[in-house]
Order: sequence, then C-alpha cells, then structure tokens
Amino acid sequence: MSASFVQFVLSGLTAGAIYALVALGFAIIYNASGVINFAQGEFVMIGGMATAAFIATGLPLAVSVVLAILVAVLVGVALEKLAVEPARNAPVVTLIIITIGASILIRGLAALVWDKKIHAVPAFSGETPIALGGATLLPQVLWVLGASAAAVVALWWFFNRTLAGKAMLAVSHNRLAARLMGISVGRVLLMSFALSAALGALAGVLIAPIAFTSWDAGVMLGLKGFAAAILGGMGNGAGAIVGGLVLGLLESLGAGYVSSAYKDVFAFVILLAALVFLPHGILGRRAAERV
Amino acid sequence: MLRVDNLTKRFGGVSAVQDVALSLSQGVVHSIIGPNGAGKTTLLNMLSGIYRPDAGEIAFEERSLAGKSPHDFATAGIGRTFQNLQVFYNMTALENVMTGRWLHERCSLAAALLRLPALARAERKCRAEALALLQLVGLARWADTPADAMPYGALKRLEIARALAAEPKLLLLDEPAAGLNPSETLDIDRLIRELAARGLTVVLVEHNMKLVMEVSEHVVVLVQGQKLAEGAPAAVSSDPRVVEAYLGTEAC
Amino acid sequence: MAAAPLSASRKGFLALAAAIALLPLALPNAYTYEIAILVGLNAIACVGLNLLIGYAGQISLGHAGFFGLGAYGSALLASRYGLPPLAALAVAVGAVALLAWAIGRPILRLKGHALAMATLGFGIIVSVVIANEDQVTGGPDGMTVVPLSALGYTLAGEKAWYWVIGATLLAAVWLAHNLIESPRGRALRALHGSEVAAGALGIDAARHKLSAFVISAVFAALAGAMAAHYSGFITPSKASFVHSIELVTMVVFGGMASTLGAVVGAAVLTTLPQLLTVFKEYEMVLLGGVMMLTMIFMPQGLVPSLARLLAARRKP
Repeated sequence: MSASFVQFVLSGLTAGAIYALVALGFAIIYNASGVINFAQGEFVMIGGMATAAFIATGLPLAVSVVLAILVAVLVGVALEKLAVEPARNAPVVTLIIITIGASILIRGLAALVWDKKIHAVPAFSGETPIALGGATLLPQVLWVLGASAAAVVALWWFFNRTLAGKAMLAVSHNRLAARLMGISVGRVLLMSFALSAALGALAGVLIAPIAFTSWDAGVMLGLKGFAAAILGGMGNGAGAIVGGLVLGLLESLGAGYVSSAYKDVFAFVILLAALVFLPHGILGRRAAERV
Repeated sequence: MLRVDNLTKRFGGVSAVQDVALSLSQGVVHSIIGPNGAGKTTLLNMLSGIYRPDAGEIAFEERSLAGKSPHDFATAGIGRTFQNLQVFYNMTALENVMTGRWLHERCSLAAALLRLPALARAERKCRAEALALLQLVGLARWADTPADAMPYGALKRLEIARALAAEPKLLLLDEPAAGLNPSETLDIDRLIRELAARGLTVVLVEHNMKLVMEVSEHVVVLVQGQKLAEGAPAAVSSDPRVVEAYLGTEAC
Repeated sequence: MAAAPLSASRKGFLALAAAIALLPLALPNAYTYEIAILVGLNAIACVGLNLLIGYAGQISLGHAGFFGLGAYGSALLASRYGLPPLAALAVAVGAVALLAWAIGRPILRLKGHALAMATLGFGIIVSVVIANEDQVTGGPDGMTVVPLSALGYTLAGEKAWYWVIGATLLAAVWLAHNLIESPRGRALRALHGSEVAAGALGIDAARHKLSAFVISAVFAALAGAMAAHYSGFITPSKASFVHSIELVTMVVFGGMASTLGAVVGAAVLTTLPQLLTVFKEYEMVLLGGVMMLTMIFMPQGLVPSLARLLAARRKP
C-alpha cells in the first residue's frame, strides 16, 4: 500500500467523518419534521468562527469550544421557532426557500458580527505530525475521528436508552400517534434542531484547525453533508454515516488520482449519479411509503 | 371488456391483493365490495396503472396493460375518480373539467406558444363540452368558482365530470358516495344510472350497500385481498360466506 | 375572438408594454439604463423559471448554470470560433436546450428535496467547470465578449440594448402567457395540482415536466447570452449557486404562478441592492431576510397577494 494511498484514505476519512456529522444533523431534523434544513452548514461555520472569536477574547480552547457549540444551539433553536414553525404546513418549495434564506441571513450576520477574513483555530493537541504506514497524520485528525465516533455512540445511546431520544424516534415514525401518547411534538422539533446544531458545530470545531474557518465556510460543507445524507439514504442515521464516509473517501481518492482542481465537483457528480441510479440511497429510505 | 388474472400486489411482506381474477363485461355496472383493508383501492390503483402488479395480467379490450404507466391506462380508455379527492384545487371547476378533455385535444407546443387560431376555436369547443358535463352532474353554477372554494359533495361530482370529459370506455369510481348525506347519495345514484343508461361500463367501489344493491348488476366481494364471491347483487348478499365476512346478519 | 373584457393576463401584458415604453422618460443617465437592462435580463430568465416552479410545480436551484452556459457558449462561439454573433447566440441557446433535454429526463423523475439537490449539483458542476477550464473560458477572471452585430450593424450602447431587451422580455411574456392559457398550460397546472389525477386523465407527467424544464432553460440561456454580448465581459459568477438562488428568490418573491409576478420580483430584487449600495454589508442579511419573511407571510408571492388584497377590498 503506497504512502500516498494511505494519505488519501486518511484525509478522505477525516473529511468523511465531518460530512457524516453534518449528514446526521440533516437526518435528525428531517426525521423529526420532514424539513431539509439548508442552513445546516451554517452551524458548522458558527462552530468554527465562534471558537476562533472566543479564543481571541482570551478564553481557553476548551471553554471556547463549549461556548461555540452553545451559540450554534441557540441559533438552531431560534431558527426552528422563528422560521420553521410558522411555516410548518407549507409546501416543500416554500420550506426549501425559507431555510436557504435563513442560511443566507446567518452568513450575512456572521460577516457583520465577525468579518470576512479567514481565521485559524489552534489544534487541540499540537501540530507535530504522527507517522503511520509511510504517511503522516496530524493529531487533529485523531481528534476528528475519535470525537465523531464518540458523538455517534452518544447519539445511539440517546436514541435507544433515553426517554427523550425515544420520544424523538416516536415522532419521526408517526407524529399523530406520538402526540396521542402525550409526547410534545413541538418540544421534540426544538430538540431536533438543537441536537443538529450541536452536531454541526462540533464538526465545525473539529475541522477548523485543519481547514481554517471563515464566514462562508459552511456553504460547501453543508451542501456536501446534504449530498452524503442523500447518498446514504435520506432520513437513515446509519446511512448518513456511511454516506459521509463514502463521499469523503471517493472525493479524496478522486482528487488524488484524477484531478485535484475538480475536487469540489466530485461530491456533486457522485450525488447526481446516486440520485439517478440509487434514488433511495445506499441503505435505502427509512420506511416503505404507502401511497 | 376487462379481464384480470392472478393479480397480486405486495407491500413489504403483506399481500394487499392476492391472486385476484375478474372478468368485467361491457355496458354493465359492476361493484367491488368488502371490508376496510380488503384491497379494493389497491385493486383499483392497479386497474388504473398507479400501482404496478407484482404478478398477474390485466387485459383491457384484449390489450395487455399490466406494468404500463397511468397515462397509458387513460389513453386506453380507463378513467377514474379518487377516494381521497384529487381535485385540481389550483383551478376553477370548469378548468378542472376542461383538463379532462386532454386526450381529445390536439395541442402541439408550437400551437400553444404562438396561440395559433385553430387553438382558439378548439378551446371554445372544449369550454362548451366541459360546461355540458358540469350541467350533467348538476354543477353548472360552480363553473367559474375556484375548486378550493367548493363544498365536499360538489367536489365528488366534479371528479366524476372531469373523468367523463376524457370519454372513457370504463369508469372506475372509488367510493363516490363516501361522506355524502342521503340526498347527495341519491344524486350519485341517479348519475350512475344515467351513465349506465348511456352504455358506460362502470366499476364502483363502495361501502354504501343500498347504493351498491340498487345500481349494480354484478358484484364482486373482496376480503383480505382475495375474491370471496361474485355474482348478481341478490345472490351475493344472501351468500352466507359474504354475510359472515362482511355484511353482518342484518344488512340494509 | 370574444369581445369579452380584457383578461387579467392581457391587461398585465399591456401594462408591461406601457412601462417599458415609458420608462426611458424617467431614466436620467446611462447607469439607470444599465439597471433597467439588468432587470430585463433577470426578468427574461425569471419568466422561464416561473413556468417551471410556479406552474409545473418543480424546483431548480441550478438555473444560473443554464444562464452561464448560454453566456459562455455564445461568447466562445463568437470570439474563439468566429461565428457571427447572432448565429453564435442561436447555436448556444439551441445547445443548452439539448443539454436540458438530456439531463432533464433522468433528473425530473426525482421529487421535492431530491430534485432540488440534483439541480443544485448540476449548477455547481457547471460553475466549477467554467471556473476551472481557464484555457478555454479565462477562468475566474472571466473573458471578453464581442458585441452583438448583424448585417453590418453593431448593437452597442445602453439605449439600443434597452429596447432590444425590452422587446425580448415582452416576447417572452407573450409566449409564456400563451402557453399557460393553452391546454398544455392546463396540463402543467394539473400536474402541479395533482400528478396522480393528471396521469389518470392521460397527461404524461414526465413529458410535460421536461418541456417546462427545457423552455425555462432556453429563456435562461437566452438571457445569459444577451447579458454576455451586452456587457462585453463575463465571469463564472454568472453561473454560481448564489445567482441561482437569486433567480429563484425573484420568482418566489414576485409570485409563483404569475408571469408578471416574476417580472416584478426581478425588478424589485435587482434594483433594491443597487439602491442600497450604501448598505452593501447588509446585502446578505437583507436578501436572506426578504426570502424568509416573504415565504412565511406571503407564501403566494407579492403580486398574487396584492391581487388578493385588492379583490377582497373590492367586495363589500
């Protein structure tokens, strides 16, 4: 196995883990509300930018990270309350435009509150590269992979072992029945946005030391995360993870072996191919749909 | 006219319709009855091309239609109404029925874009025909009303007018009397008789036994996706198996 | 033809014609003419996009891709391959129509979010390819375009272009109105109303969605090609995701299922940023805010909502 192949695989997995987290965010909101949140990428951006901003005020890294995630959660909750809830029964086109508008708004606010420059965030545990099978990897990569895996485990525990998580699953399977069981759908929706925002912000925080961050860093990441979610099967949690990793790997290998100039295009070519040939995604949609 | 053999449709692991065989003759009012979940609407959806059967054959006027798309079924001459109204709420009643004339209009893209004179004449004719159909179902006064402002009973009749506009050879009516009060049901009853008198072949899916018994000549009973019995209304309603499975001891 | 009172669409068309004819009286300088031209170009693309979004009920988040392909196609054919500019324009638009037909067939089988995503992917692929193939297209810095000329006459200057684009816009609106009021227009609206019921009436959903898609692509490509020859210069930003979103916003804001609404939307959302250049920093906040507020409070769009208000006011 050549060193460059290992390198491509590692960077692919790193990007893939980020895409997976973003895709999970999409999946959670979609399952709870049927809405595709085109503003998901902005949570990623907020994670990175807010961390950089808090660090600039002198706060330690760990505190900045936590605060940044909290800021994203607040924005997510505000988005749900102010934009999604008033238009909950609107047709798909309307909701798509609302969330796209929200993403533009949030980006505009980020440019105003912070600035349009590129910001750096210090790596969590230093910059000394580690040698692995002829390739080198940054310690931050281990953070990305490790924290993403931990997040996935935590989510699994949340959805399967806690009452709140089970309530969310119930709503995603049958809203009316859940309501009849006494579950507050409104609160579940709020939670789904909060959770997705946290996931997105976590992804942004993890990747910022590697890829830098700026006011519009969320656009491409959001779009690719969405592509990953569709690739794995919209609404399917495991699909989001598989889709993210597959997308990251294919993109990295494509950029490495085919053309690095077109790196951004790979994700969308894969997406288009997937939509046309595998409309239900790799792992398929969540449940059979009755006409 | 319509022959169906071994028709089967599965959803997940459940057979909604299993091995159903039917032979429907022309010019007759047929009814399909059965308890909820018996597969009646699934059957109708297969007969109009909305569902693709997992097995079996559908032959309409000796032409095989199984697996074709909905508009192929429509072109072959099968029309239908829907249990859950599928009215075009973004149009007026008249426009709904005019849309039903689609199969009988020649409208090329060029003619549409350039507003060729022949089109204007065709449109006038279409309007008149649509108005006549609205009159037939008693909705003439609603002609220019947006469909989303019309009452439920009127909408049920609108769907029938729209389906008739396509001049179908076979009309599938999916619970046309559902949710209607007795006087509205009587209107539907009269309408179906009128259509039958004109020689239209009708397949009626209904729960209203009174309507079914009065209007149909041939009744098919579906239970749990399979055909339980068929025959003349009187014979079927006194068949002990049917009574036990569906009608209950005192059917009125 | 009937001696009935003018239909709403006929009135709208005449109002638009009057507006185009009289506007120059209010335009003081070349800069304002330029804004009017920009409005016209966006409006042509929006009228086409409205057919797809408002009438056929589909969505495209990548229409700037067609705009850019029309622009670059015409520019390249005229500048690099020496075709007479009018021929270049025609060939470019024709090529885009073919492309739209080819990719439309598989893509339009998708619905809702999947369709949105597919069109988005298409748009991004186009804009990245244009930006990357700098040998051919001049890359991110753009390329120059020869002006439009035919039979020895060169179309140049704001005033001349204003009339050409105004006429083109009127033609586009006329064609769109004709289509909508024809049986084919009813078929499209039927698809939007209930695809299932339309199928049961013999309306082939795939064919009609495809024709709406191709027509809207043609309008966008034409607008793009004219934009290229007018400004003498194009950059890949004309094919960007942002431009696609702007076009969709104009259609939705002005009023879906309203051709005039699309024109109004283009007019408002093209001039507003120009007027607010003072607030350049707030441009995104305003755009995002407008999109959200419109869809939450006026989901039908500006023109239909106003029309409804007026109609309600008229009834006692």
